[in-house]
Amino acid sequence: MKSLRIGTGAGFSGDRIEPAVDLAARGELDYLVFECLAERTIALAQQARRADPDAGYDPLLERRMRAVLPARGANGPRIVSNMGAANPLAAARKTLDIARELGIRGLKIAAVTGDDVLAAVEGSELELLETGGTVRGLGRPLLSANAYIGAGPIVAALEAGADIVLTGRAADPALYLAPLVHAFGWAMDDWPLLGRGTLVGHLMECGGQITGGYFADPGFKDVAGLARLGFPIAEVEADGTAVITKLAGTGGAVTEATCKEQLLYEVHDPAAYLQPDVIADFSGVEIAAEGPDRVRVSGGSGRARTGTLKVSLGYVDSHVGEGQISYAGPGAEARGRLALEILRERIAESPVPYLETRGELIGVDAILGGSTSAAREAREVRVRFAARASTAEEARLVADEVESLYLNGPAAGGGVTRQVREIVGILSTLIPEAEVSPALTLMES
Amino acid sequence: MLLRDIAHSRTGDKGNISNVSVIAYEMANWPLIEASVTPERLRAHLAWLEIGEIERFVLPRLGALNFVLHGALKGGVTRSLALDAHGKCLSSAILDMEIAGPA
Repeated sequence: MKSLRIGTGAGFSGDRIEPAVDLAARGELDYLVFECLAERTIALAQQARRADPDAGYDPLLERRMRAVLPARGANGPRIVSNMGAANPLAAARKTLDIARELGIRGLKIAAVTGDDVLAAVEGSELELLETGGTVRGLGRPLLSANAYIGAGPIVAALEAGADIVLTGRAADPALYLAPLVHAFGWAMDDWPLLGRGTLVGHLMECGGQITGGYFADPGFKDVAGLARLGFPIAEVEADGTAVITKLAGTGGAVTEATCKEQLLYEVHDPAAYLQPDVIADFSGVEIAAEGPDRVRVSGGSGRARTGTLKVSLGYVDSHVGEGQISYAGPGAEARGRLALEILRERIAESPVPYLETRGELIGVDAILGGSTSAAREAREVRVRFAARASTAEEARLVADEVESLYLNGPAAGGGVTRQVREIVGILSTLIPEAEVSPALTLMES
Repeated sequence: MLLRDIAHSRTGDKGNISNVSVIAYEMANWPLIEASVTPERLRAHLAWLEIGEIERFVLPRLGALNFVLHGALKGGVTRSLALDAHGKCLSSAILDMEIAGPA
């Protein structure tokens, strides 16, 4: 059988849409995959769904579908995405409406549900992986509990003829593994093949991060045409080996170096990349350029899956207030430090019991912790002060204290910005895969 | 010379754990990188992070090291008060490490 061409249409929720349209129109793809769901995103989406039963899917779904559906034409690539977020059914219905509006008939859209396990997990004795203790012992109401489902339900949707598959929380690589399982008829216990398919998914799931995005370092790692960065294409063989490439005429670069960086991105033990379908093993992977913007990836493997699924739990943790103000010219750094001293004293004397504070000078010690001493004093500094509080009102007071530096702080401070944000904490636990029952809903335009 | 002269790097995050790769541009420099970039040196170089356990995985076919830095993200991406909550800047910070060897 010929190789399968899979493109990436998005590597995160806010990703650029133009490269996806380009791939849909002229990529000659079999599949276009959009990965849009970060850990925290689904908890926020769950909150949106509670406020409105028709909400809770990816905020860019409508814009993406309106741009990509006409570009893909009648026989364009099938689309797989987790843009369903907390509400795959509503996402599918929205896509159906858009297709009809655009005059597209006969488009089959599938929603994969069942990842929402809040009812089973809330108040349970399941152990929290990061902190120890149990879900019940967390003592806070959960906003969301979503299991990372594997490729199986997506394969079922493709077998039912779906042109578009919309999931909620699925393991990112599974969005890519599923089309491979479907196209090549891989057995769901052929661990080396599932490991190789997972490798392809892992390399592809962050979109531009393998085509030269998040990579350029002028003078050391130069990348041409970043403004027109193209998204990646994987040409995958039935044995799971693949070539990573991109469309001619797009910016960026696919090189051994871009592929190696992405191979290890967010990986801990390369020999044990835990997934719902397989424990993938990247330790023997070989990466070899075989032409301009063409890199062959082989040597992936895998072994039997664990039988448990990771569940991501969202809860309201706290609120953070933050303010920033700039100082410039002679003595900028000294005035910035004085501003921080004033803030610390005011916060210490405040009746509000702040849980944690952090003050720093952006441009001096905000990221490297003051580990390197600058040869010259900074000409411009930006004071950043943040504090964690229980309520939004308390957090707001910290941001207000930064604004008050205008009239009550050092000379010539300018450009105050203030922010208060609700902190959704994320923890995880494991549940037996048998306790998760994915379901499929199919509709046609 | 600096590690930046012979290697490149990318940081990833999962919860309160950061992972940082160190990848040789040329395989000729791989033995030097493997010998020089130890967990101990990394801990000293990133002292302000107060990292917990550091794991190092070696990928000789790729000429790459993968470091897993436990507790490096001040409570994790979603909770941290840090400006760079993901620790995305760490890869560049690591390349600033001094390496003794043929320049």
